[in-house]
Amino acid sequence: MPEDSGGYESHHYDVVVIGAGGAGLRAAIAAHDAGARTALVCKSLLGKAHTVMAEGGIAAALGNLWPEDNWQVHFRDTMRGGKLLNNWRMAELHAKEAPQRVYELEQWGALFDRTPDGKISQRDFGGHRYARLAHVGDRTGLEMIRTLQQRAVALGIDVFMELTITDLLKDGARVAGAFGYWRESGRFVVFEAPAVVLATGGIGKSWRVTSNSWEYTGDGHALALRAGATLINMEFVQFHPTGMVWPPAVKGLLVTESVRGDGGVLLNSQGKRFMFDYIPEFFKAETADTVEEADAWYTDKRNNRRPPELLPRDEVARAINSEVKSGRGSPHGGVYLDIASRRSPEFIKRRLPSMYHQFMELAGVDITKEPMEIAPTCHYVMGGVEVDPDTQMSVVPGLFAAGEVAGGMHGANRLGGNSLSDLLVFGKRAGDHAASYVQALGHQRPQVDAQALSAASEVALAPFAGGHGSENPYGVHQDLQVVMQDLVGIIRTEHELKEALDKLSGLRARSGALAVEGNRQYNPGWHLALDLRNMLLVSESVARAALERQESRGGHTRDDYPMSDPYWGTQNVVVKLDGHDLRVERQPLPKPPPELAQLLEEGH
Amino acid sequence: MSRELLLRIWRGDASGGDLVDFVVPVEEGEVVLDAVHKTQALHAGDLAVRWNCKAGKCGSCSAEINGHPRLMCMTRLSSLPSGPVTITPLRTFPVIRDLVTDVSFNYEKARQVPAFSPRPEQPVAPFIMYQQDVERSQEFRKCIECWLCQDVCHVIRDHEENKPHYSGPRFFIRWAELDMHPNDGLDRKEALQDTQGLGYCNVTKCCTEVCPEGIKITDNAIIPMKERVVDAKYDPLVRFARRRLRRARGTASSATSQGPGHG
Repeated sequence: MPEDSGGYESHHYDVVVIGAGGAGLRAAIAAHDAGARTALVCKSLLGKAHTVMAEGGIAAALGNLWPEDNWQVHFRDTMRGGKLLNNWRMAELHAKEAPQRVYELEQWGALFDRTPDGKISQRDFGGHRYARLAHVGDRTGLEMIRTLQQRAVALGIDVFMELTITDLLKDGARVAGAFGYWRESGRFVVFEAPAVVLATGGIGKSWRVTSNSWEYTGDGHALALRAGATLINMEFVQFHPTGMVWPPAVKGLLVTESVRGDGGVLLNSQGKRFMFDYIPEFFKAETADTVEEADAWYTDKRNNRRPPELLPRDEVARAINSEVKSGRGSPHGGVYLDIASRRSPEFIKRRLPSMYHQFMELAGVDITKEPMEIAPTCHYVMGGVEVDPDTQMSVVPGLFAAGEVAGGMHGANRLGGNSLSDLLVFGKRAGDHAASYVQALGHQRPQVDAQALSAASEVALAPFAGGHGSENPYGVHQDLQVVMQDLVGIIRTEHELKEALDKLSGLRARSGALAVEGNRQYNPGWHLALDLRNMLLVSESVARAALERQESRGGHTRDDYPMSDPYWGTQNVVVKLDGHDLRVERQPLPKPPPELAQLLEEGH
Repeated sequence: MSRELLLRIWRGDASGGDLVDFVVPVEEGEVVLDAVHKTQALHAGDLAVRWNCKAGKCGSCSAEINGHPRLMCMTRLSSLPSGPVTITPLRTFPVIRDLVTDVSFNYEKARQVPAFSPRPEQPVAPFIMYQQDVERSQEFRKCIECWLCQDVCHVIRDHEENKPHYSGPRFFIRWAELDMHPNDGLDRKEALQDTQGLGYCNVTKCCTEVCPEGIKITDNAIIPMKERVVDAKYDPLVRFARRRLRRARGTASSATSQGPGHG
């Protein structure tokens, strides 16, 4: 039973996992299985996390359709897709362990689509040499979260739903727990725990056009910074090539890459398959350069190269952006994604049921009869908490991170399908290692400092203090989204990034004067005011890192430095908090050993 | 293209509340949730509402719109009759605040489901299972847990007293999903009848009508499960024979023989 001391509800655990998407659930299951007393804390109801929106599949070299596929090829594809800026060891572990993590889901009751001989079916996706994504129609994320959620419930793991963590607690250099509030009552909660796993997902809610939900406010990134951890690769933000553009109310909503994997093509206003004009040197050898070869690939993959529509996401997003800027866009500022003229209505409804439903219900468009209008949408942050590749521990002892909130795995650009597998592989690793970290502590457990609690509650209550402000959190949030969309978007320049930093500092000043109405009971205005603190810190991290990296690579394109630079190919940009200010540093990227480096060469 | 919309939103908490009028500007293509967000930004920053994906995939933003249980993110304003739009919280669950209700009932029922348990013939994944055999359970796994079927179900909508012994349509499809899983080895039929209250359902299909995923809850899950329960409970000979048959076959595809067509 919770104690109640000094006005706080108090709990004691070995491991507290923050976030209950794929990574958090998998981490909690692992920590529990390793014998740790484990709590799972999430901002929404259980089963509603962003993982639920993942559509395409889980990348794992099962070799069910292509016996030639193996972890080495998956490793190579991941590193090349990440423009070789990935942490090689994470990419290696990911490629090796993903198959076992997928089978584990099946062991726990997941029902993937099958091959004719009764194995897990696999689908094609951008940047993957072989059909590799285990999937369930276009609702794979739902299947994954439900399977993990049902497993966690069956194991009896303690879940704290609708509880937001606002600060991490420390004892000296080490993590000592976490502080937060129940969204329902506004009541404060203290978790005393020597290990905390961040699994909070991404940061996309700071952009106006985004596929991300309200939860994606960069909480874990900001909690880590404030606790003394470092972030890497924050300049790399993935704009998914295909988001809806019309009607305005659904602008940014994701259209799965499976549409292209299953035969959909991109057309400009002149009806041209423009992707053939945007094949970069780096991918020329493995990409079809004629329509005939590209179309033949769908039925004969051995003798044809992949269509350019299935290049990695950064390449496709930039191409769409360029077509629209050159005046060859659709009426609402996108391009066309056409599967209607290429596949039968039955095929489309069977393979892409939720896309069919989404366009029919929200746009009044029948995708079996007409093309979709799409444009890039802010989707994923490659950057995140710098972690040890094997244990997922940050530079702060006892603080772990897994999934989107962790950095390194995806380098400069993530391949589709590698996110769900990332959540499973590194969620498990984080949970395992958090549990063994606690076990190794023995009786040397950190203590929570009472002063830190009163400081944390003061910060959380500031928006109610009144008197010193009249800023509306909804207004500040909207202005933040405009700044990040317009000045820290797909294409960046030094001038605009500096302007963004100026504006962000203005927004930070305004956020000090936030005032909210009502009381502490389920009050979204108050919740947003507290989330804004994280959004502003993380947005500034992205802008500073983007200013530092003077080249174009993956999810970071600088108009003033349009080429990749070999020097920058050896550097990570690191962001840390120094007092109240963010500091940016460069750090050499770890080099893969020769046997792995060899896999990355052309021709492999 | 912008127009003014009158919203009547229920505001209050467990102690009581009332409909409150708000006027917000709305644009072409917008959904009810957009109008609620505008109400928060312009008039009532503390208006309590749950939502996440805004794409009909997470099932968070359930409410009663003009009296009909719907997802707010998937209800286009243009699909509603002209005039004011009334939004009230799900009636079957206790109100916490405004449009947010206490849905913990569902999470309690979720804890009572005996987990998937592989058949001894095929105990360790990867399993061999065929598409035609997984498809029935896959239909039920489309469920986004929006609780609209629970909200609309007569057995509990105005009958608090039935809640302890009735788990509701969402959980009937969960039990059915496990029963129809080609590699599940547990028999849950008696427990479904005895502890989850399957017998209380009088197949009015209200749940099927409100399901945003189009799951045929009544026809494909509840009725077949009722039939299987009857077979299992009242025909011991059939039950014995089936068990023998299943054991003798010992392959994944034998589960198809338990389909509704054989009930």
